[in-house]
Amino acid sequence: MITYLEAIREAQAKALADDPRVFIYGQDVGAFGGAFKATKGLAKEFPGRVLDAPLSEDAIVGLAIGAAIDGMRPIVEMQFADFSTVGFNQIVNHAATHFWRTGVPCPITVRLPSGGTAGSGPFHSQCMEALYATYPGLIVMTPATVEDAYSMLLEAVAIDDPVIFCEHKYLYYHLKAEALPTEAMPVGKARIARAGRDLTVVAYSAMVHEALACAEELAGEGTEIEVVDLRTVKPLDTDTVLASVARTGRLLAVGEAWPWGGVNAEVVARVASDGFALLDAPPRRLNAKDTPVPFHPNLWGTHRPTARSIAVAVREVLSQ
Amino acid sequence: MEATIKKPNAEAVDYSQAEVNRSLTPEDKIRFLRDMMRIRKFEQVAANYYQNKRMVGGFLHLYIGQESVAVGTLSLMGENDHCITAYRDHGHALAVGMSMNECMAELFGKSTGCSKGKGGSMHFFAPDKHFWGGHGIVAGQSPLGLGLAFGLKYKGLKGCCMSYMGDGAVNQGVFHESLNLASLWNIPVVYIIENNGYSMGTSLERSSAIKNCLAERAEGYNIEWDMVTGDNLYEVRAKTKVAMDRAHNESRPTILEIATYRYEGHSVADAKKKVYRTAEEIEFYKTYHDPLRLWRKQLLDEGVITEECAGKIDREARDEAEASAEFGMGSDYPREQDILSDVYYEVDRGTEAGRTGKHFFSE
Ligand SMILES: Cc1ncc(C[n+]2csc(CCOP(=O)(O)OP(=O)(O)O)c2C)c(N)n1
Ligand SMILES: [Mg+2]
Repeated sequence: MITYLEAIREAQAKALADDPRVFIYGQDVGAFGGAFKATKGLAKEFPGRVLDAPLSEDAIVGLAIGAAIDGMRPIVEMQFADFSTVGFNQIVNHAATHFWRTGVPCPITVRLPSGGTAGSGPFHSQCMEALYATYPGLIVMTPATVEDAYSMLLEAVAIDDPVIFCEHKYLYYHLKAEALPTEAMPVGKARIARAGRDLTVVAYSAMVHEALACAEELAGEGTEIEVVDLRTVKPLDTDTVLASVARTGRLLAVGEAWPWGGVNAEVVARVASDGFALLDAPPRRLNAKDTPVPFHPNLWGTHRPTARSIAVAVREVLSQ
Repeated sequence: MEATIKKPNAEAVDYSQAEVNRSLTPEDKIRFLRDMMRIRKFEQVAANYYQNKRMVGGFLHLYIGQESVAVGTLSLMGENDHCITAYRDHGHALAVGMSMNECMAELFGKSTGCSKGKGGSMHFFAPDKHFWGGHGIVAGQSPLGLGLAFGLKYKGLKGCCMSYMGDGAVNQGVFHESLNLASLWNIPVVYIIENNGYSMGTSLERSSAIKNCLAERAEGYNIEWDMVTGDNLYEVRAKTKVAMDRAHNESRPTILEIATYRYEGHSVADAKKKVYRTAEEIEFYKTYHDPLRLWRKQLLDEGVITEECAGKIDREARDEAEASAEFGMGSDYPREQDILSDVYYEVDRGTEAGRTGKHFFSE
């Protein structure tokens, strides 16, 4: 069995082994193996290519950009997604626009350990995908499975554009697969995680699993939900979403990030404008609460969507 | 093993004879011992509950080994002075006078905690005590410390802000931007670098390019600086006093680099301390540089306390910490329906702006 976290480690090991241009840079990624052990043992296996960074996110990203335009393939580990805001300027102003301004691509991969786990509080729990997705020039990946964590991270390194790789901390240890995949869906293509006829739930990252749990429960009541796993939120596979809504007539978009102007808002807007005639009920979305992420697990459990709160929202859409 | 770093060419000085220490009464000296002991017992009890899974989990960055820094520096805090620090904040919180109960309850995530269960270990604060808190984003607090001090100057008050950070935090750009402003605008801020030798698993040598020490970087900004031996409470106080006087009387900033050491992992979750340092190193500091042990010995030698009195302080601190854990455990959980409170001041206060408040939230 291999966990989501191990898959991320294995993908990095493979990237390092396959391509001498790849190096990994981040706080305590060396001997310590990373805060979550996503780079465990890699410094030893690949001497001089897995480098400990000082507490300097701004310069960490900037250095990666400089190296990338000079022909390297850096993977940057942010210790937590939340801290990427300290390097935000470099990501959104320099990396995102580099190709557009100069014709020289900027192939960096920035790994963001994202999302909440119980007890992590306001600065170690955030989902940043919507923030980055708003910037033209960035690709934003949000893998929900062990297989995708592995193959998409390899794709991220191979792609010539800057990639924000949002890996979910809750899935690190919870999610296991039999083996690493040998083939993968193309980047930018969404996946039907579960087929159904009554309502489409669009989700990504950890929320795919909450949606699947909800679907399982509702199946017992005779309601068949289709779950679409976006895989990448940018590009956003509108075609697969619309095709699903064409089958079900109903849409609920679920995400762990805050509601304001986020991925869910984008999904709902696209379906409303491009697929209005397909809808039998107003499209809905379910996000985390519009407040900072609380520390106590009880509050946190209320803050983010769960299988239970998704079921409540599903019933509401179905009743309309 | 070199435990303490001295400013190049520093002479041996008896800091107990510094004015700020000569004026101390025996009661003051005993209070410092008690304050340090309270911090240590608070954290030992917290760590116990955490490891026995009776606490909710999350982060718990222990200050054990560094107590003399918070107690020594903050013992000088006056009416108009401020304090702000990073996430390793339990020591500062107790040293400025926060109660064990409100702190411990916060570790348990309870509604009686200082942050009502929303912040946890890293987010202690007490504005009424001019303690502007724990901050989880490394070095994020350093410009806030600058601003607190700027506010004092702007209002014409004689005070300063003691702004704490770790040895790893000094490499954040924002700290350097803050130093430039502090010097340029003559801001009464005292930056205190608690140099415990490590930022998580990265040693100072592997994270910072320096000539002799971190504080020396101040030279480039024309800021006064000094090195402090953290396990010597008299020295901590004497040198902090110089820095605070400079802030109060000349409105000039200072960087103090205080050599100290943490015994526990970076956070309770990282028990793998041996990956980046040896068990012998930890033992060495516990044996020769423990600030509590040294201060206790100092007071015994001075005849200020007896063994019996020291034992009593020890027991009282432990009892207080245990009682605070009982309080924390017995307190109510935060209520789920309160999740939308405290986000917008205007909404909570029901102001005109806030009464149209449903528009503040997306749900
Ligand atoms: C901007 C940012 N980057 C990374 C982290 C993760 N992190 C938390 S503490 C820490 C080490 C800080 O070391 P130091 O400043 O020496 O303080 P100490 O823990 O020793 O008190 C790291 C890397 C963070 N909290 N914020
Ligand atoms: Mg440190």
